[in-house]
Amino acid sequence: MTELAAAANDVRWGDSSLWRWVRAYGSSRVAVFGALLLSVIVVLALLAPWITPQNPYDLATLDLLDSRLPPGAHASSGHLVYWLGTDGQGRDLLSAILYGLRVSVGIGLISTLIALALGTSIGLVAGYRGGWVDALVMRLVDIQLAFPSILLALILLAFLRPGLSNIVIALITVQWAYYARTARGAAMVESRREYILAAVGLGLAPWRVVLRHLLPNCLPPLIVVAALQVASAITLEATLSFLGLGVPVTEPSLGLLIANGSQYLLAGTYWISFFPGVALLATIVAINLVGDQLRDILNPHMQTL
Amino acid sequence: MVRFILRRLMQSIGVLLVMSLIVFAGVYEIGDPVLIMIGPDATQADIAATRGALGLDQPLPMQYAHFLKRALSGDLGRSYAYSTPAIKLILERMPATFELAFAAMFIALLLGIPLGLWAGLKPDSFAGRTIMTGSIFGFSLPTFWVGLMMIMLFSVHLGWLPSGGRGATTEVLGVRLSILTLDGWRHLLMPAVNLALFNLSLLIRLTRAGTREALLQDYVKFARAKGLSQSRVVGVHVLKNILVPIVTVIGLEFGSVIGFSIVTESIFAWPGMGKLMIDSINTLDRPVIVAYLLVIVILFVVINFGVDLLYGILDPRVRMSEGREVL
Repeated sequence: MTELAAAANDVRWGDSSLWRWVRAYGSSRVAVFGALLLSVIVVLALLAPWITPQNPYDLATLDLLDSRLPPGAHASSGHLVYWLGTDGQGRDLLSAILYGLRVSVGIGLISTLIALALGTSIGLVAGYRGGWVDALVMRLVDIQLAFPSILLALILLAFLRPGLSNIVIALITVQWAYYARTARGAAMVESRREYILAAVGLGLAPWRVVLRHLLPNCLPPLIVVAALQVASAITLEATLSFLGLGVPVTEPSLGLLIANGSQYLLAGTYWISFFPGVALLATIVAINLVGDQLRDILNPHMQTL
Repeated sequence: MVRFILRRLMQSIGVLLVMSLIVFAGVYEIGDPVLIMIGPDATQADIAATRGALGLDQPLPMQYAHFLKRALSGDLGRSYAYSTPAIKLILERMPATFELAFAAMFIALLLGIPLGLWAGLKPDSFAGRTIMTGSIFGFSLPTFWVGLMMIMLFSVHLGWLPSGGRGATTEVLGVRLSILTLDGWRHLLMPAVNLALFNLSLLIRLTRAGTREALLQDYVKFARAKGLSQSRVVGVHVLKNILVPIVTVIGLEFGSVIGFSIVTESIFAWPGMGKLMIDSINTLDRPVIVAYLLVIVILFVVINFGVDLLYGILDPRVRMSEGREVL
């Protein structure tokens, strides 16, 4: 949250100050709840190696005799209580979920940030330059956005083969178009304003006009789109991993944990799929709540959909 | 209008060509299917023979040229796994996917528009708020997880509905359908609801936003001033004006429903083309992957083309040259 607040402050929207911004955010109790929930999730994910009762990747600590124990069961070694039960390999589910959260949130954040940088650069250049560059980029964006993201990602992963870096590549490829379109739209509006004309008139280099003058003023809508896109990136990664095209088995994200549990579902062993899903849902809802409020504050004209 | 249609047609063909090249080149990269197809004790000569029989020993541009020539005559190659024409496999599975997609769209419309109207007419009521909160969940919930939880609840715990498959089908005009038998409905219900969730939420929000906007317009105030009943104001004046964006979205979303049916079909073991695609990726069945992707691309090009035209017809304010804004 603090980075966003700082970013919001940096762009100097007339009379807005950090405090005013925080107060505007706090006007919705649901949004505050979302921010708190998100902070808790991020802290838990970051601290996972130090707070989990077990290292779920360390095969030496796993006991196959403990596999598929229900929530609240005691470990056969006696030291441990499996609060959320264990999975098919006898892994403590709580530990696995916290580690999975790291993978899911990490992939979501990294791919969103890279896509944001890439899409924004392309969109700004297209919107500022106009002409054939703009036509080409927008044509590409239109074509890409006509296809559902899941299909695009699936095709890419079918080609690239599953893996951590490939899923990030797939997510970036799916997402860049949203930022390119948003940045291009903002750049077209802003580049007609007086301050840009003045900057150009002063004889500043084009890169300087774009980076120092255009970019900061195009940021608000981009921040909103990025905040909401993190949630879709996380969902998409989970879905792909669930289909077996995502993260490797050695580093299970929440989606893969759910997939692992699904094979025991028909036997009535619900918790292996249920709890990772709850963690996933909480993460996505928290991000969406924060993103919705950011949109309301930063961009009151954007239609609420 | 004619120029617009022609230009869009040319663009569509361009998209198709580019996609076929990308798909073909990409699929070529995913690994050697020969090693998977034949047993581990095959000799080097066997491998070479299989490769030659499949045409895999030729350079890539040659393979693409052959592929394109054959594709134009409707032949997209034979499935390595089933040894039947890939396009036939896809077309066999297509009715199941379409049935699922139509059922999902139907459910989304049937529930989404009334709920959205309600939430739009009474935004501050308890029901209105509940509907909106529900739609936020509909957006946030990972579809595949909801599907699993539905199986857990309705199949495992309650035992009301089967967990997968298509059930009894009846043949109508050579196409097998599930919706005509009770058993088919029992199988269709869960996957369709699961697939409908996202669009249901989208429709609720669209309808609600449209209704709230329409209620402020002069024509609604005028209709009220004339003393028309609430049901007539809402049913005719409001609904008619929010229908344009809804129709557009439904058209565009139909494509994404087909795309997302990959996930739903995998969860509920629904024998559609999405499930076939996932299976083919896992067995590196190249011709089927290529055929599926090309069928999907054609489908999307047709859908988008249709929506563009429909949009222009429904709303004369839309300037054709500008195209539409994708949501």
